Parts: sequence; C-alpha cells; structure tokens
Amino acid sequence: MSTTAELMVNNLSVQFGGLKAVDQVSFALQPQSLAGLIGPNGAGKTTVFNALTGLCPVTGGEISFNSERLTNEPPHAIARCGIARTFQNIRLFKNLTVLDNLRIAYHKNRQYSLLCGLFRSPRFRREEAQITAKAKDVLALVDLADKADHLAGSLPYGEQRRVEIARALMLDPKLLLLDEPAAGMNPQETTALLELIRRLRDELQITILLIEHDMKLVMNLCEKLFVLDYGHLIATGDPKSIQSNRRVVEAYLGGNLA
Amino acid sequence: MKNKLSILLTAVILLLIYTGVRLMESGGVLLPYHVQILSLCCINVILVVSLNLINGFTGQFSIGHAGFFAIGAYLSAYLTVKLQVPFVPALICGGILAGITGLAVGLPALRLRGDYLAIATLGFGEIIRVIILNTNAVGGARGFSGIPKYTTFGLAYLTAIITVVAIRNFVSSDYGRACLAVREDEIAAASLGVNSTYFKVLAFSLGAFFAGTAGALFSHYLQYMAPTPSQIGFLKSIDILIMLVLGGLGSITGSIVAAVVLTVLPEFLRGFAEYRMVIYPILLIAVMIYRPAGLLAGREFSLDSLLNLFKGARTRVDHS
Repeated sequence: MSTTAELMVNNLSVQFGGLKAVDQVSFALQPQSLAGLIGPNGAGKTTVFNALTGLCPVTGGEISFNSERLTNEPPHAIARCGIARTFQNIRLFKNLTVLDNLRIAYHKNRQYSLLCGLFRSPRFRREEAQITAKAKDVLALVDLADKADHLAGSLPYGEQRRVEIARALMLDPKLLLLDEPAAGMNPQETTALLELIRRLRDELQITILLIEHDMKLVMNLCEKLFVLDYGHLIATGDPKSIQSNRRVVEAYLGGNLA
Repeated sequence: MKNKLSILLTAVILLLIYTGVRLMESGGVLLPYHVQILSLCCINVILVVSLNLINGFTGQFSIGHAGFFAIGAYLSAYLTVKLQVPFVPALICGGILAGITGLAVGLPALRLRGDYLAIATLGFGEIIRVIILNTNAVGGARGFSGIPKYTTFGLAYLTAIITVVAIRNFVSSDYGRACLAVREDEIAAASLGVNSTYFKVLAFSLGAFFAGTAGALFSHYLQYMAPTPSQIGFLKSIDILIMLVLGGLGSITGSIVAAVVLTVLPEFLRGFAEYRMVIYPILLIAVMIYRPAGLLAGREFSLDSLLNLFKGARTRVDHS
C-alpha cells in the first residue's frame, strides 16, 4: 500500500530551540484522497504544513512526494513539484486585483523569455492571453468570475479564502494543502466550501489535505484523519474510528473527563 | 485594434514633442539653455523610472542608485576619451557594467530587508564614489574633464523612451508580476513557485543597467564629472529618491511627471535666488501632506483609459 502513496512523511521532526513542535510524525497520503489534519490549538498542525512546503526547517525525518525527496528544499522548488497551499491568516496580494493574484501563480508554467517580455513578442502576447483565459476559468470554478477586477483586499473574508484557493489551483497542483479554509466563515459559506472542496477533488483529481477546527466539516468531508497533539501523531483513521478514539477524546477534552 | 491605435497615437505624440522641441530650438523660442534642461529631464526620467523598478515594483528599498549612475558615467567617459570608442557602444558598456555591479552587489545585499538594505545600498554608493575619487585614470579628486559633448536632446529623449517602454513591458509581464508578488508578500510568492532572491536581483540589475546608461548620457552632457556627494554620491541618490516618492512608488507615469517637474522647478526658482532652497522643500512637504502616496499614487495614465473616457462620454451623449 505504501508503495502507491503520493506523499510520504517519515519521522518528521521540527524543533525550534528547545521546543519540539513536531515530533517523529509519519503518515502517507494516497493519490486523490481527501484527508484532514486535526488537533487542539498548538498541536503543530500548521508547522507540519510549513515543513511540507519548505517554510520552516525540518530537523529530522524525511518528506517525499511522488518518490522525490523534498526535505528542506526551498519553498519555490516545492511549489514547482506540484504542492500548493493556502494560509491560516490569508496571504493574498491585497493591493493587486483578483485576476493578477491568479496570474502571478501561473509563474512556473511561463515559457516566454525575458527578452520576449521586454519587447512584447507575438509569443508573449499569445501566452499572456492564455494565462488570462486560464485565470478566468479557475475563477469561474470557485464562483468568483465577476470579481476578477476587484482588489483582492477589498473582498469579504469568505471570498478572499476562495481567491486564495483559486490562486493555489493556478499552479496545477497534485497536492493541495488547505490551512483552516473554513475559519471565519458562516454556516452557509462553510456548506458551500464543503461542496467546493469535494468538487475540486473529483473534477481536478487532486489530493487534498486540510487543517480544520470545524468538526462538522471535517467529519463530513474527510476520508481519513490524522490527529496531532503536542507535536505527536496520536491517531490515524477514518472519521468514525477517530470520533470514538479514547486518546483523541482525551486530547480534546482533557484526560480526566474521558 | 484599440491597442494598436493607442500605440500609434503614443508614437505620434512622442514624435510631435520631439519635432516641436527641434522647431522651437531652430526658431529661437527655446534657447540652448532650455534644451539642456530638457535633456537633463530625460536623464532624470531614466534614473527615476529605473529606481521605481527596484523600490516601487519590487519593494526593495535602495538608496544607492547614484553608484550605478556613477559607474555608467565614468566608464563611458573613459571609453570615449581614452579609447576613442564611439558614444553609443560606450553608453551600452556603461549600462552593462552597472548591471553586472548590480548583480554582484544585489546577491549579498538583497538578503537584507527594509532599513538594513537601505543602509547597505547607501554604503555601496559611497564605496563607488570613494573608488572613483582614488582612481587616477578617471581624474581622481580633480574630476574627469574634457569629456566630448555627445549627448543630444534627441539621444537622451530616445533613451528615455526605450527605458520607459522596456520597464513598462517588464512590469506587465510574468517577470514583473513575480516582482510585485515579492513586494506584496514574499512567503506567499515563494509558495507559488516564485524564487524571490532571483527576482530581487533581476530587478536590481535591470534598474542598475538603466541607471548606468543615464550616467553615460549625463557625463557626455555635462562634459565634466566631479566625485562629489551631490553629483555621484548619496545626495544624488536622495535626489532621485525624492523624485520617485513624490511621483508615487509603483507608478511609471508618476516617476516621469515628478522627474520633469523637479528638474524644471529649481530652474524656475532661480528668480527667487536665496529663497530657492526654502521654497523647494516647502513644496515637497506640501505634496507629501496632501498626496502622501505621491502625485499619481500608484496609478498609471494611459491613452487607453483616455480613449475609453472619450468613448464613454460619446455613448452617454448618444443615450441622451
């Protein structure tokens, strides 16, 4: 089974000075699976994402993606391998238009040279037209086609989250990491988001790993869950078995209650 | 179609400005002194627009632009005076050496951010000045004199146009978008596959290249270069920076307007003699209070939008 895995994380450790934020965590993701990474606040979930995308140094263990070793590669190289992500505190280019936010993310597929760009060669024009067309397609996918010319920072919170997802999709990722996609959304928006994530996985056939605190969303959406607590992976399994797992309940509610 | 029309229109307007200046010059309306000021305007436009690429579009706060300017000025002068190289190749060489220096300085310096980068680039600019001050081949502290007057208004004007078009095209290409992404949020840019170091250094070297060509035009315009802070040192860098901030970071049109206004304004103020250096700073303070993001505040003026406005007005008339 492990031979078919797309993402393999082996004994991953991240240490900040004396603090072990992530300690010997191992898990694997199958292609086109939809998995969730959950755990109490401060469990190290975002740190795992940061380690996967090269934003914080890995102090131990290995990460491989489609049997390519990604441990401690720079973030831009990891993005080029096909891993895209969103951020817990939205990181859109707020002063640029929604369309430009998406067009920037086409970067790794751009073919024309610097000289073509400086002189606006026919090749440049052709490719720029393609980039814009693609950005508009992706925007339509997240139902934001009419917001293309708005400044990203001027959109309401829920829409900014979707722009960020759309921007990640411009990379044509094989693996999409979503860091608390439903944070700050109302119940209707969360339901719409659930539909969107499911649709993305089915239509684009990508693997999705998400961090989320909204348990309703997680239990409805994910096929597999990984539970972190104090940097340790304490449980792995389908939503049902996680719900009845004693260690998970202890981690969330405290030891003496369970 | 509309795109082609506006390019054609822009070319016609630029040509009209040029012939207008030449006609007024031969008709005696513009004295050689005026044409000199216009050439200086073009040189400053090159400097400010190229600094805008670094400070405005890529968000790397550099205040050592005069260093690149000095490299272009001195190398080209050395080539034309000592080696009898024709002016245009000398100008390009000046630009290339400035660009290479930009690469060499940018690689270590651009690891720094904000204030730290500003101090490092300031230091770099002074290093260049001190090196020139101590190089006998280019006159050392005596200055470099006897440079032939090769810079004409036409050449300065043409170089300025090429610079503006190249930088505008760069900024609206994928390369420029990567620079904007680095300015807006480096972490997000990296997570989208943008190698931020590469694009910082690219913008820095490209800006340095154009500053070098401006330097070559300047030394062959003034015919004398002195290694003083106000001509090639930090005062010069600050001058360029003031023009940039006044026009608005991230606006090419703003850079052009500010460069022209701030080159012409001190000349107009000559009439006030001793009050000149009082009026000039007061104007700067006033602009910064009332237009803190600069005259154009990051917006661009384009014929396209003007044409659209015109068309919009016409359709409104049709409706009524």
